[in-house]
Amino acid sequence: MERETGTFRVKSGLAEMLKGGVIMDVTNAEQAKIAEDAGACAVMALERVPADIRRDGGVARMADVAKIEEIMGAVTVPVMAKARIGHFAEAQILQSVGVDYVDESEVLTPADEEHHIDKWAFTVPFVCGARDLGEALRRLAEGAAMIRTKGEAGTGNVVEAVRHQRAMLRQMGWLQTLRPEQYVSAAKELGAPVELVRDVAAAGKLPVVNFAAGGLATPADAALMMQLGVDGVFVGSGIFKSEDPGVRARAIVEATTHFNDPDVLAKVSKGLGEPMHGLDIKELGEEGLLQVRGW
Amino acid sequence: MKGGVLALQGDFREHAHVLADLGIAPVEVRRPDDLAQVDLLVIPGGESTTIGKLAASAGLVEPIRERTASGMPMLGTCAGMIVMAKRVEGGEPLLSLVDITVRRNAYGRQVDSFESDVEVNGIDHPVRAVFIRAPIVEDVGPNVSVLAEHEGHPIVLEQGNLVVASFHPELAGETRLHEYVAGKA
Repeated sequence: MERETGTFRVKSGLAEMLKGGVIMDVTNAEQAKIAEDAGACAVMALERVPADIRRDGGVARMADVAKIEEIMGAVTVPVMAKARIGHFAEAQILQSVGVDYVDESEVLTPADEEHHIDKWAFTVPFVCGARDLGEALRRLAEGAAMIRTKGEAGTGNVVEAVRHQRAMLRQMGWLQTLRPEQYVSAAKELGAPVELVRDVAAAGKLPVVNFAAGGLATPADAALMMQLGVDGVFVGSGIFKSEDPGVRARAIVEATTHFNDPDVLAKVSKGLGEPMHGLDIKELGEEGLLQVRGW
Repeated sequence: MKGGVLALQGDFREHAHVLADLGIAPVEVRRPDDLAQVDLLVIPGGESTTIGKLAASAGLVEPIRERTASGMPMLGTCAGMIVMAKRVEGGEPLLSLVDITVRRNAYGRQVDSFESDVEVNGIDHPVRAVFIRAPIVEDVGPNVSVLAEHEGHPIVLEQGNLVVASFHPELAGETRLHEYVAGKA
């Protein structure tokens, strides 16, 4: 019988398979192997990790295709790659290369300050960052099949990811207290389509998978976010900017699975070596924030 | 009846919902003592390499093999099929239970993932099957029967108390494969 590709169920279905897992930023085949051997459920192929993008400045773009292909050739787990916000041509290239998910990411320099990509036009699924429920629902309206918190990438500081997930929980809780006649005004307040507002009010959760991202660096960070209700975690600079990436990666994988078991968390939090150097968000200033990119 | 779902990584919650819909109390299995209280076990979709590593470090591999040897029914979907297979091309088998050879991601990358209706022996109406970076069964041993095929490849197989499917019935709210396996308990 007929194959139907690129349906929303197929797109969001891959995200469902990633749940309870850790998606790790990698910049070459060797790191990709380390990530896979540690139990990563997917890798994000990048030219530079966010901490280096932050340090180097300039315009950050989609990675070179040769780099992405090198990583795709090294592992059997799904490979994701980042396109700039609004840069649908980069996304077309990533789809043609055959990446398994496109991250329309604020970590790269936005290509369009008004519009995100029309993600319905693609067969490849997209994940997008969000700081609150309204932003998440706007991305879903554009066709995203997976959501992640924006957090503040490249800082090794989990505080912004916590802020964004807390906002999401608070607003979802609020929607559930509303009467039907309040949905339209809630949609206006959130800046999101009323149909999606109604869905979330009924289900009490997002209609797609939601991961934590942006500043996670330790097994405890992963467990914290999982206990706050995310479905899985992205770890960017936190692994390959630490002293012993393989050991830390493995520990974060175990912590994400056993997030509710403090005995396991204690065991895996032992002897990890130096974590990445962290940044205080207040020292970044408004100019230094990546999370304000996109809307 | 208590239905275990291996809850290390993947879409274990969807499987738990299917079991609950069938009136079977779902139990998330992360440790050997969780396994001891269930009457059947489902291995969900997810990343087979990740599930394999976590199952080994949680000390679940031998206990699961022992339970299935004494008749516990088990269902594996997609990654679950890979985890239960005796032979994995280009990889290591984990539970080594079902006498098949599987090739991972054999339909291509995510852009080639698809859904389709499929006919399954013993189930009346077509089953909605969602194939996500699905494996293909390359070789089937003599004690394994093929319950369904798609485009010439076996997609649902049975070996005694064990059933494996290369697709995700749970993503389409499909309950009949689970019901079939629960019937063996």
